[in-house]
Amino acid sequence: MNKPGGIGTSEPAITPQIVAEHGLTAEEYERVLSIMGRAPSITELGIFSVMWSEHCSYKSSRKWLRRLPTTGKVVIQGPGENAGVIDIGDGQAAIFKMESHNHPSFIEPYQGAATGVGGIMRDVFTMGARPIANLNALRFGAPDDPKTRHLLGGVVAGIGGYGNCMGVPTVGGEVNFHPAYNGNILVNAMTVGIADKNKIFYSKAAGVGNPVIYVGAKTGRDGIHGATMASAEFTEDSEEKRPTVQVGDPFTEKLLLEACLELMATDAIVAIQDMGAAGLTSSSVEMSSKGGLGIELELDRVPMRESGMTPYEIMLSESQERMLMVIKPEARQRAREIFEKWELDFAEIGQLTDGGHLVLKMNGRVYADMPVAPLVEQAPLYDRPHLPTPRAEAITATSLPARDPIASLLKLMGSADLCSRRWVWEQYDHLVMGQTVVRPGGDAAVVRLERGPKGLALTTDCTPRYCQADPKTGGAQAVAESWRNLTAVGARPLAITDNMNFGNPQRPEIMGQFVGCVEGIREACLALDYPVVSGNVSLYNETNGKGILPTPAIGGVGVIDDVGKATTIAFKGEGKAIILIGKTAGHLGCSLYLREIEGREEGAPPPVDLKAERAHGEFVRARIDARELSACHDLADGGLLVALAEMALAGNVGASIALPKDVPAHAFCFGEDQARYLVTVAKPKAEGLLSAARAAGIPAEILGETGGNALTLAGGNTISLSKLRAAHEGFLPALMNS
Amino acid sequence: MQAAVVVFPGSNREVDAAKALEAAMGRPPEMVWNRDSELPKVDLIVVPGGFSYGDYLRCGAIAAHSPVLREVKARAKAGVAVLGICNGFQILTEAGLLPGVLLRNAGLGFVCRNVGLKVETSQSLFTSGYSEGQNLSIPVAHHDGNYFADDGMLDRLEEKGQIAFRYCDAAGGETKQANPNGSARNIAGVFNDTKNVLGLMPHPENAVEPLQGSTDGKALFKGIVEALS
Repeated sequence: MNKPGGIGTSEPAITPQIVAEHGLTAEEYERVLSIMGRAPSITELGIFSVMWSEHCSYKSSRKWLRRLPTTGKVVIQGPGENAGVIDIGDGQAAIFKMESHNHPSFIEPYQGAATGVGGIMRDVFTMGARPIANLNALRFGAPDDPKTRHLLGGVVAGIGGYGNCMGVPTVGGEVNFHPAYNGNILVNAMTVGIADKNKIFYSKAAGVGNPVIYVGAKTGRDGIHGATMASAEFTEDSEEKRPTVQVGDPFTEKLLLEACLELMATDAIVAIQDMGAAGLTSSSVEMSSKGGLGIELELDRVPMRESGMTPYEIMLSESQERMLMVIKPEARQRAREIFEKWELDFAEIGQLTDGGHLVLKMNGRVYADMPVAPLVEQAPLYDRPHLPTPRAEAITATSLPARDPIASLLKLMGSADLCSRRWVWEQYDHLVMGQTVVRPGGDAAVVRLERGPKGLALTTDCTPRYCQADPKTGGAQAVAESWRNLTAVGARPLAITDNMNFGNPQRPEIMGQFVGCVEGIREACLALDYPVVSGNVSLYNETNGKGILPTPAIGGVGVIDDVGKATTIAFKGEGKAIILIGKTAGHLGCSLYLREIEGREEGAPPPVDLKAERAHGEFVRARIDARELSACHDLADGGLLVALAEMALAGNVGASIALPKDVPAHAFCFGEDQARYLVTVAKPKAEGLLSAARAAGIPAEILGETGGNALTLAGGNTISLSKLRAAHEGFLPALMNS
Repeated sequence: MQAAVVVFPGSNREVDAAKALEAAMGRPPEMVWNRDSELPKVDLIVVPGGFSYGDYLRCGAIAAHSPVLREVKARAKAGVAVLGICNGFQILTEAGLLPGVLLRNAGLGFVCRNVGLKVETSQSLFTSGYSEGQNLSIPVAHHDGNYFADDGMLDRLEEKGQIAFRYCDAAGGETKQANPNGSARNIAGVFNDTKNVLGLMPHPENAVEPLQGSTDGKALFKGIVEALS
């Protein structure tokens, strides 16, 4: 083994303080020493630090993530690659993943969110896919928290700024507000791409002597230690971490996308990996470790944006819009021509070796020489103590006062979590590419595939307050709601990506939330045949010891054979029968009604019956496929009356419904019972639908019919659509313009 | 009829434009990479939407000085039809082919939505597929679409019939609410003085089939093809 020449000359000696600053525990450093057989150089220590960070090594979560179902008929590539890959038929594959950029977005909302979008898009086109849609899942603090407006405005502008410039439509997402996110917002970005099934690119390096190529933007000092930052709690000094946030350049990424896809159309590439978290370090280590090979890099050949960068800085930089590839030697010239056409840097910076070592040289000196395999295989793995969340008491509807449902509805429709998100998604180009069939604002977005009439349905979902009260039920509910949203537009749900956002895993109650959510996700995925193909874990979402609500955001992908059949939530004209599918017990525990109207955040979340979920969904999907339904909406946050109002506003058609006698009105109107849909059919077809439901053993009842320009409850209590619309559409613009 | 779509680094609606043209012409247009100063001999040149050169400096400013734009200008002078959509409109104003400028949206943010659009004249090769006063639904998707010119110039444009489209509400009213970006006099698209160059902010290429929610953009492409064939 070469002893790195940098030691004792220009590089600092390793002290316990330097080790601690790198986020390594004493035990972890002992492991470094035993792997190296000597003290590491500062460059080597930096590499261990990022590779063994929570962000890169999943050291607290790995044990539990292994429990998730990741295989199935449609799965081509599960977790472990840049993104998950599923078979969508006709020789095509959908490639997708969701990833968090929480910490950077809190520090610098525009750039944090923008580079989050850039990073996840790179993960997808690295695999050979052209991105066709972006989604996101966002959580902010209380609307009246002094930072919320600044963060919301910056994040939305950043997501739009990057995605719009890339020419990839941002078609869906979710936004929630809760004081638990005051000090830790969540920005989870998801990209979905399409590739030919037999033209997928992986990161496993092969071929000793093959050239290692760096392409894209130049390397600067931005983002050094981003992965380590993302693996620690925030304190009041976090503002000082602003320099660790990267700066995005979507224009360069657009060129990188086009250049990569052009090169991928040839057979030049052996392996490819984007430089995301931990930049050149994780890309070179991952490619070589997967191939069981070594890699030798000449760092002076790395295109640099500024002078005087040290090997340590080059390896740890998180400058954006960069890729690392291993190509066939004979393809050098062709590859160079393509990248030069797109005016991007192209540099051969090293080669694959058979020594199994990562060797870093600069100006003829060796700065690191370390075995690759143990960096990955001997990464710490923790079985952290975990405490189950105490069971929450059920809330009975009769224990709550009876109130006027219409007044409650108006308040809910204008509340932060139920108001229209138009202010958000109108800042995203959701129409570029011309394939957006169902736009934002419904249950799931639908985009047509190039060859048509087939399309993908896409959604992101999570109900963190359920996860807080009962992690397992909450985890299952997030998956079930995602599945239901895809079903509600007529799609067959195929697979998910998960973005696990939690607090400090070293606290047993937080680890208990994580374990519970994983268990719930697992059960739902198994019951719904809906495997996890990619994901990301973001821990330490805490500020000054206060954690966020557990938020396992689920990104769902489904396929619809003919996008012409896709159903939307909007009422289509008057005189349609409104039918409720599914059973309503009136569960108000953890509901938005309880929070917004009664001012209470407590109780057990609604139970998730996965068998009923599946049966009800399959029934609804078959009706949509037979073109029987004129509108369909899943029931979730806010319950039945909120869903009804959303359908009426979307179609600008009112409705009159009757309330049953056996459930208290407030519970029937606002209970958040699962596995339910509201659908409309032509009146003469209503009885047929009910008898089909009866035959299938599925609860279904006619509630009323569409018509007029108001929502009216039997008994005459009514509200105009214009009044509802003003409340619903007014909240976010008023908040942001105040 | 032959058409070309000019592609810059950062263009992103070139494919959408090409598809709309192909549907109208029955064959695909030629895609011309910006560094090719050789433009094929065509009847129509389309400068598509996107973020040419990242919209750095000023939207359209760098593309307006590219070699291919010199050739586009020469062709336009010779009477060839030139259509600039969104970023293409910005490029054509920066290149001096169209009057006025496009400022940042009055609301300061990017805006993507279907807008009402009133056809000001059917007397042009671009708008012959419409009737005067027709009310269209076409999407916009831009950050800098706030059309500005001084009052004298606006008066002249109106006198000479150089206003192609204005933002309007469902009843045809040219109201402030119907104006998505603060454009002067609700102007969404303008011609040059010989009416062989049109620039507009909305995206007719994204409103050509029922699944896109509107087919009102179709008649623009169909009208062009009929006028130039």
